[in-house]
Amino acid sequence: MTETPPEGGGKVENPRQGGDYAPSVAARVAVWHKAGGIAVPLLTTILAFFIGGLVVLATTGKNPLTTYKAIFEGSGLNWFLEVGSYEIGIPWTESRVWFPWDTSFNSFAALNLQQTLIVYVSLVLTGLAVAFAFRCGMFNIGGQGQYLAGAIMAVWIGSELPGLPGFLHILVAIVAGALSGAIFAGIAGFLKATVGAHEVISTIMLNYVALWVGVFLFGLGGPLQNDNEGGESVPVSNDVLEESKLNVFWGDPLLQGLHVGFFVALAALVVYWITLNRTTLGYEVRAVGFNPEAARYGGISVARNYVLAMAISGTFAGLAGTLDILGWQFRLNTNDIFINSIGFVGIAVALLGRNTAIGVALSALLFAALLVGTSTRNLDPEIFRPELASNLTTLIQGLVVLFVGADVLILYLFGIRRRARQRQARTQA
Amino acid sequence: MIERLLARLPRGARAVAIGGIVAGLAAFWVALPPLHLRTPIPSILIGLAAIALGGYAISQGVKRLGWGAVVAGVAGIGLGYLATRSSVGHLDQVVVWSALFAAMLRYATPLAFAAMGGIFSERSGVTNIGLEGMMLSGAFFGIFAADKLSSWPLGLAAAALSGALFALVHAFFAIHLRADQIVGGFAINFLALGVTGYLFIDTYAGEGTPPDVPEIPDVHLSFLEGWYFVGPILGQLNLMIWLAFATVLLSWLVLFKTPIGLRLRAVGEHPRAADTVGISVYRTRYAAVVLSGALAALGGAYLSIGFVNSFNQNMTAGRGFIALAVVICGNWRPFQAAAFALLFGFSSALAQRLPAYSESAAVLFQALPYVLTLIAVAGVIGRSIPPAAVGRPYKKQ
Repeated sequence: MTETPPEGGGKVENPRQGGDYAPSVAARVAVWHKAGGIAVPLLTTILAFFIGGLVVLATTGKNPLTTYKAIFEGSGLNWFLEVGSYEIGIPWTESRVWFPWDTSFNSFAALNLQQTLIVYVSLVLTGLAVAFAFRCGMFNIGGQGQYLAGAIMAVWIGSELPGLPGFLHILVAIVAGALSGAIFAGIAGFLKATVGAHEVISTIMLNYVALWVGVFLFGLGGPLQNDNEGGESVPVSNDVLEESKLNVFWGDPLLQGLHVGFFVALAALVVYWITLNRTTLGYEVRAVGFNPEAARYGGISVARNYVLAMAISGTFAGLAGTLDILGWQFRLNTNDIFINSIGFVGIAVALLGRNTAIGVALSALLFAALLVGTSTRNLDPEIFRPELASNLTTLIQGLVVLFVGADVLILYLFGIRRRARQRQARTQA
Repeated sequence: MIERLLARLPRGARAVAIGGIVAGLAAFWVALPPLHLRTPIPSILIGLAAIALGGYAISQGVKRLGWGAVVAGVAGIGLGYLATRSSVGHLDQVVVWSALFAAMLRYATPLAFAAMGGIFSERSGVTNIGLEGMMLSGAFFGIFAADKLSSWPLGLAAAALSGALFALVHAFFAIHLRADQIVGGFAINFLALGVTGYLFIDTYAGEGTPPDVPEIPDVHLSFLEGWYFVGPILGQLNLMIWLAFATVLLSWLVLFKTPIGLRLRAVGEHPRAADTVGISVYRTRYAAVVLSGALAALGGAYLSIGFVNSFNQNMTAGRGFIALAVVICGNWRPFQAAAFALLFGFSSALAQRLPAYSESAAVLFQALPYVLTLIAVAGVIGRSIPPAAVGRPYKKQ
């Protein structure tokens, strides 16, 4: 569980050079990046869906393709299939330009797609939360707790402080939500840096702490339970004030349209990439991730980077919770706190996306579509029971994580390519 | 024999520090039933003594235990003071020692099973984060088989089998494919959550498990009933609790007193050396991981057909992870781990009884076992040394 210095005087051998041991988590991350290409995650996904289909077939006897098609349509991704000649308005102007898809929000596909993209926002952010820590060699399972910390803070700030101008109110709520996520994750980073507590255990325990604190705050008789008339028996928070709700830019605000948090998520992807690849901080984080010992010899403070990387991870997750509250939930009830598992899905998103910005962007879309496509609201119960389908989603997540973790498959494929290159080089010579 | 045991007792500053911790606990205890001292002065005096003992131990270089005594002293004073402030009626309602200890055993049992499983797996060099999922599968398949086959022993067998199967998947990915063991173990948790949830909905269609599922019976020891204090605790325990005691004892015997255990530990400490002397690293690890899955699943089955007699999606609620923390805090040793399982069990038992004070605040105490785990893992108790090769796949040459 805890790190142990490698045997044999600190000599870590590369498995491909025939050493004793396979590489550490961090060294594997390096392998994933070297292995390159999108083929392996794609294969992983197909394999996971194939096994999921077998489960559907075995337990219900229904055609898995029908089920997957229903899930696909429930996710609204079929919106992209109907290409035509339409117009879209340019923000802050009156003019409209040509656009290949119908942006009017009357079609079912558009309504479903809005839901998928709403979930996409939180999955991108919780995925980045896991990915960033991973690049520093840590497995952050606490995305759920950090998400809740952000959501709790956002709902509190968002429903208090009346009279604050809208823009400022939103800004304060977002900063406070992100910060509380950062602090919450920072605890785990601090414990790892100072006393060596393994982040997997500490983040999981923090998840439960966040959960029960949330249930306490908004539960019956809790200090932040709603002040609505007759609301004493309802375990829910106050509603977020009107002026602190995020703008909806696509869809009907009353029907959970797509809020501007979408652009925050896209920006977060860019920030993630720049921070990791174009800043000193990112360089140090990756150095610690590859090999903490080497980083220490190179004069990098490993402890500082552990805390910072976790705090940045927590910022992403806290932001996810904040945007969900200000964008479409507007309140937090104890049942949601129990049921929500967006932070855990983030793990699958990050692993399938191989902890890169572009990978997270793509795999978040896959899982958002799966989650929304299997929700009670969107899946036709005639074809497949949504309660069953949501468990199928969990199953597919598990399979994805399982296969992605087995990078020997990747090494094997990579080995084939390398051998092929060598053969080619030999024949040319 | 007695001399050998006496020789192992702590001496000098260590003994002083341990005495300080005990004094700290006593500072709290005097304010509780049955003594019920209604003035905080004894608590404060005993607590100060604990702090003094801790201070002495620190000055003698026994830092960790010494600080433990100081913290125990401060906590003892604080809690003792709080107890003297609260009404006697409330105290009597919450602190019923025999009931608390009986509940502690009930909550500790699933943890003990899973922790013993974790010890086997990690001693052989395979990290097992999938304990949670294996427990969950045991909880579901235990009640599923007990219901369909109308027999609790078959339920237990099915539970153990399901846990072993999940463990086999984990073992294959961890040992043969040399996948990352933490990621792989976490995948097992997802898989078990999905599989049990899927089958639960598919079979019981949201109506829940039937109320007449055969349950694991309690063991009635009628001769104990009259005994003061011991009778109410041990007189009517579930069979699985006794089995948990036996499992802990057996785990210790197998790991530390048999050649099999020696080999298993060798594989976890230095697989290359073990391989050189002819021990099959792969086979040993497979056996250990599969055994750990079966044990964790038995703990889960106790939850569903021994304790609450129903199943809910994700009913283990992180107990597998707490068991993992128990393994780490217990230094990968069965008896120490069992002691920590009891500690976490006690905190759960206490959390269950605190609603007598305030319904809403009691919710907060549900977090107590998790906070305690966090504190324990953070190393207040003492740094533990894992098996040298844990988490690192072995590659045959």
